[in-house]
Amino acid sequence: MEEIIRMEGITKVYPNGVVANNQVDFSITEGEIHALVGENGAGKSTLMKVLFGQEQSEEGKIFIRGREVKLTSSQNAIEHGIGMVHQHFMLVPSLTVAENLVLGKEPTKGGFLDFDKAVEITKELSEQYNLIVEPEAKVEDIPVGKKQKVEILKALCRGAKILILDEPTAVLTPQETSELFRELIELKNKGHTIIFISHKLNEVKEICDRVTIMRRGKNVGVFHIDEISTEEISNLMMGKEMSLDIQKKKAEPKEPVLSVDGLSYFNVVGRQVLKDVSFCVRAGEILGVAGVEGNGQKELVEIITGLQVDYRGTINILDRNIDKLSIKGIRGLGVGHIPEDRMTYGVAELASVEENLISNRYDDSNFQNKLLMDTDTIDSWTAKTIDEYIIKTDSSKRLVKMLSGGNIQKVVVARELSTDPKLLIAHQPTRGIDVGAANFIHRKLVDMRDTGAAILLVSADLNEIMDLSDSLIVMYEGEIVAYFEDMSKVTEEELGLYMLGLKRQSEDEIGRCFHA
Amino acid sequence: MHSESKFEVIRTLVAILIALLLAFIIILFVSQEPITAFLKLITGPFSSLRHFGNIIETAIPLIFTGLSISVMFQANQFNLAAEGAFFIGGVVATIAAIHFNLPPVIHPLVAIVLGAVAGGIVCLISALLKVKWNASELVSSLMLNYIFFLLGIYIINYFLRDPNAGAMVSYQFKDNAMLSRLIPRTRIHTGLFIAALCIVLMYLFLYRTKWGYALRMTGLNQSFAEYSGINTVKVIIYSQLLGGITAGIGGATEILGMYNRFQWQALPQYGFDGVIVAIIARNNPVFIPIAAFFLAYLRIGADIMSRYTDVQNEMVAVIQAVMIMLIAAQGFLAKYRHKMIVKGAKQHGKLS
Ligand SMILES: Nc1ncnc2c1ncn2[C@@H]1O[C@H](COP(=O)(O)OP(=O)(O)O)[C@@H](O)[C@H]1O
Ligand SMILES: [Mg+2]
Repeated sequence: MEEIIRMEGITKVYPNGVVANNQVDFSITEGEIHALVGENGAGKSTLMKVLFGQEQSEEGKIFIRGREVKLTSSQNAIEHGIGMVHQHFMLVPSLTVAENLVLGKEPTKGGFLDFDKAVEITKELSEQYNLIVEPEAKVEDIPVGKKQKVEILKALCRGAKILILDEPTAVLTPQETSELFRELIELKNKGHTIIFISHKLNEVKEICDRVTIMRRGKNVGVFHIDEISTEEISNLMMGKEMSLDIQKKKAEPKEPVLSVDGLSYFNVVGRQVLKDVSFCVRAGEILGVAGVEGNGQKELVEIITGLQVDYRGTINILDRNIDKLSIKGIRGLGVGHIPEDRMTYGVAELASVEENLISNRYDDSNFQNKLLMDTDTIDSWTAKTIDEYIIKTDSSKRLVKMLSGGNIQKVVVARELSTDPKLLIAHQPTRGIDVGAANFIHRKLVDMRDTGAAILLVSADLNEIMDLSDSLIVMYEGEIVAYFEDMSKVTEEELGLYMLGLKRQSEDEIGRCFHA
Repeated sequence: MHSESKFEVIRTLVAILIALLLAFIIILFVSQEPITAFLKLITGPFSSLRHFGNIIETAIPLIFTGLSISVMFQANQFNLAAEGAFFIGGVVATIAAIHFNLPPVIHPLVAIVLGAVAGGIVCLISALLKVKWNASELVSSLMLNYIFFLLGIYIINYFLRDPNAGAMVSYQFKDNAMLSRLIPRTRIHTGLFIAALCIVLMYLFLYRTKWGYALRMTGLNQSFAEYSGINTVKVIIYSQLLGGITAGIGGATEILGMYNRFQWQALPQYGFDGVIVAIIARNNPVFIPIAAFFLAYLRIGADIMSRYTDVQNEMVAVIQAVMIMLIAAQGFLAKYRHKMIVKGAKQHGKLS
């Protein structure tokens, strides 16, 4: 088969100075499924964004069928038959599937959108590629797995022959993943070329023909899939930074620190997002919350941390009802919060590392010197914290936006953990950051547990949940559908069934997570 | 200095240079004597002590309103009632200067404090409307400017107007009430010291106190501030209150330093000029005096140019507009900045 795409010497430096791609060569043969693997932060997404014309590289050339092209916008790339499904979907939630699909090239009748025609186009494509979607359903109402199909159809609708899928399985349950693989193989048989980004190596082994491995912004090897074992791939991916299995001893849970009793919540449009949720987190344990994103986890965290009010039910932290407490009041009880959305809540990116580190204690009396802030004390505390959490920055006065993702997250973690919280709410604590930083953060969470903190870990990353949790609840459509007291008895496949709502424990079994 | 702020300084200087260059080109087209006109614009303000004095006199009110706008902008509050607050500050100082009988030094200080309170109230209204009903402070403050302008004119006309004076002006201020002049043959007054004091206090407040910290974090990312436990409602209120107080001090100082009767017939526009000063100074009190001096210098230069040559002093509006546009445009010189960053990455050996 002929080489369809070649990228040569791609170098990409982000405005914050992070070198995401460093002289990367990359080549794709027509009709293959090509895996692009590497740990978080290795530069996979960046390389693909350059290929999709979404980011411009500082150096390097791109050839399509041997002809050099300049891809200055994604429009450009689409014209060359390249389509991309991003890690975070780019659909309009309030529009229907059909409308999303034809967005930008709508069929019109008398100047208005011809909705029937749009539905027809959707059905046709959907049948042609055997990707089943409901054209008239609103995107906000369909599950993540379906949204992904819509994204793929959207790319195909624009004539994509080369399809880039950025970590498509990260958000899927094991069952949805196998369905996706069947569909991808069908696409391949129809003559499409697929670039498949992942860091789950068994998946890569399962459906890919070749694999390109990236580490720290560089291409460290290209192999036919049957020439290389998963161990070898893994070694190349991680280099020296071997991801160690987290060593932790058995938890010794004590008294409940957080108790949530009969929590219900309706969002602004009146939809019930949480339905009668009850559970406890005890001192000295990590309680994991598994579930496909969007099943009420976000609201649960926002309510416990005080970002969201107007709920029904009772929440006690250390036997204090938090109903009347402000965010500051809740933090005052000894609560730390690693938020899901790092850039919105976690940091002020235009403030310095130091300013970001002190935001939850800037008014502490030992940081004050009469009317002014005591800069000496603050500086030395900051220096100590930067050291302790190994935040890589050349100065504590540097703006946070100049750090890499992993280091930004370390700033958040350092701030939230250095108060020695009695309860820590960790929401997607390692999403999208490099292995080194992720391992470090995992280690810290386990250490905190060992010193007696209660930790609520909410994550869509099954590996993270399985590795860290001492016990686990699964959320589906705003309810707790399963509780596992002992993690050693749970498999990923079984979790998948609960996450998809295909299985549900009895009320008695679920009720056991309310220890009070 | 960090590379980021260094870059911002460079960007500002380049913007100023381009604006001046553009001004020169326009003068070249419209004037019979372009070289003279341009020279008058650039060197005129320094040609005599009197002219130099004019720069300082003009810069003083700009410092106050620049500080006022800066503190509100740093909290991300787009309150333009600094204009109304400045005006009302002047009106209230006038009342005190005419009706009170106090010893020297004390008298202007009391008048200025009262002006500050009045100015604070003006800006506070927008803040309360925002907190209570989520009304945009930008819109409400523009409305308030007219309300307080008319209120001020009403007070002057009905209670303080001197019927024996030819024009529509107030009675004369008591001698004790006026700020004394500093340098003979200029009108530079002791308000300069008040301005300097305000700069220092504002800097300390913003960068060295916990309230200033909370204010800046709220301005940079309100969600982050709330999540951290900062009471952002309080910040929204006190940032604007403080902005109003500063503008009020400015109005009172201007009236007592430059005039012996109240004689503004329209809003003096210093509040809006404060926006220009704040933008050039990047909302940093340290740069406010430089920005105010620079703007005053341009204004005086344009005045001199229009008096001696055939170029109108509206020219300065063109320069201002180009300058502000270039400084506000995030993308301006972004390519250059990116090159610096790539170069930095190479130097640190991150690129091979
Ligand atoms: N828009 C951006 N601005 C600044 N840095 C970024 C941006 N996107 C990614 N990065 C940084 O570039 C590096 C590579 O990121 P990415 O390409 O997303 O890696 P991957 O997809 O392999 O996880 C990371 O250090 C990340 O923090
Ligand atoms: Mg990625």
